[in-house]
Amino acid sequence: MGSMKEIFNSLLLKELLKGLSVTGRLAFARKTTVFYPEEKTPQSFRFRGLHALRRHPGGEERCIACKLCEAVCPAMAISIESGEREDGSRRTVRYDIDMNKCIFCGFCEEACPVEAIVLTRVFESHGESQSDLYYTKPMLLANGDRYEAQIAADRELDSKYR
Amino acid sequence: MVETLQLLLPGFLMPLVDWLMRFGEGIFGSLWPDIVTVAWTVIKAMLIVAPLLGAVAYATYAERKVIGWIQVRVGPNRVGPWGLLQPVADGVKVLLKEVIIPAHADKGVYLLAPLFSFAPALLAWAVIPFSDFLVLANVNASLLFVMSVTSVGVYGIILSGWAPNSKYAFFGGMRSAAQMISYEVPMGLALVVVLMVSNSLNLVDIVQGQGRGLFAGMGLKFLSWNWLPLLPIFVVYVISVFAECNRSPFDLTEGESEIIGYHVEYSGMAFAVFQLAEYTAMLMGCTLVSLLFLGGWLSPVSFLPDSFLWLLLKILGVLVLFYWVRATFPRYRYDQVMRLGWKALIPVCLIWLAVVACWMLSPWNIWK
Repeated sequence: MGSMKEIFNSLLLKELLKGLSVTGRLAFARKTTVFYPEEKTPQSFRFRGLHALRRHPGGEERCIACKLCEAVCPAMAISIESGEREDGSRRTVRYDIDMNKCIFCGFCEEACPVEAIVLTRVFESHGESQSDLYYTKPMLLANGDRYEAQIAADRELDSKYR
Repeated sequence: MVETLQLLLPGFLMPLVDWLMRFGEGIFGSLWPDIVTVAWTVIKAMLIVAPLLGAVAYATYAERKVIGWIQVRVGPNRVGPWGLLQPVADGVKVLLKEVIIPAHADKGVYLLAPLFSFAPALLAWAVIPFSDFLVLANVNASLLFVMSVTSVGVYGIILSGWAPNSKYAFFGGMRSAAQMISYEVPMGLALVVVLMVSNSLNLVDIVQGQGRGLFAGMGLKFLSWNWLPLLPIFVVYVISVFAECNRSPFDLTEGESEIIGYHVEYSGMAFAVFQLAEYTAMLMGCTLVSLLFLGGWLSPVSFLPDSFLWLLLKILGVLVLFYWVRATFPRYRYDQVMRLGWKALIPVCLIWLAVVACWMLSPWNIWK
């Protein structure tokens, strides 16, 4: 008897009509589309976007060329050369991040003992060729200068969880 | 020709037509009537093909919009107002793309295959009536013509699977061919029932036959259309049309998300021609459903006039059903497609064929 009922229901396309009614109702539901360039979804202050090298308030760069970020980087995207500056301090001569390799895991930021390398909220960076995505030290420092206010505010928000 | 123009053109243009006819006769003499016939046929064919291709372009747009709405999105909305220029942008993109011919492909067949699938899809429109007199070729066996011409479309698919010399395209082509041939059986059986009740193979007669009946006499013409007395056949036919057009949920020949289809090796405009063929065939399917089961250009109630617009409205309705179904159901597995065709649709058709035959011989025959 049960199977007879099943055959009857399938001949009447009962389940198919049920499915159609669900999708038919959804067609008139309020749309959830975010109109991207005009509208944006909320972003966490821990968002891991484009890298930046920070400076101390006085303008001195934070990085001390300890190369922990280079060591921890799972994608081997960071390459650093260190050297002695005229005043005798240890600084990076070269600090390159290859964004073609970077996976935006944020390990460099976690490894950094002086909060020099950070990931900003910027996710709309792009390059038209592979070489455009090879970030050098001046580019990273410029990123830091440009987004310092946002970076400082985000780190302030995050400070109570550290 | 002159009579049709008299019906369509405003009166003050008729002297111009007369002058043209006399002018042509003066130059070409006895050849002129033949030239007029050929030219007039070409003009009529163009009048069908040009709007058809426009409709095909906007069918893709409508599909993306409708599926977008069902998925709680808005669909394309960037190119032009409400995204209305999206098909134009798609067309430009596809034209600028390179057609890559695989190294070991059979070049001639490879390039012919898209045409083989597109040409039959267009050809069938020659006999489709848009109203009592708006039809390019009102032949008596028009339904038979449509059936045979749309069957030829399977050659395009087999050739496109075979020509690129790729095993994946070959699998896709074989599957697609098997599916289309299988579903032509229930489709043909469904048409047999329609033929029986309308007693004609002429599409104009089939539509006009639907305007008569018990309910039509009461003013409710839409209840006299074939869909109601032949409801199971109507359902079977619509399902077969889905399968015949390789549309979801039977689009496993294309299977854009996971498996491969007959046109994997095509790119650029060659691929676009397959898409054009698919959408043209789909519009053809919608039109046939509207003509055979939904009363074509007949108005649903008798106080409204019959019009070409009713046919457009019905085609649009069936088209939206295609999209709606695509947005709702998951794809069938290949063996399930075959089982549905041979074990469910064909028996239903055969049983209903017998039922209708007995009904027509009984005193309660409603199709006299």
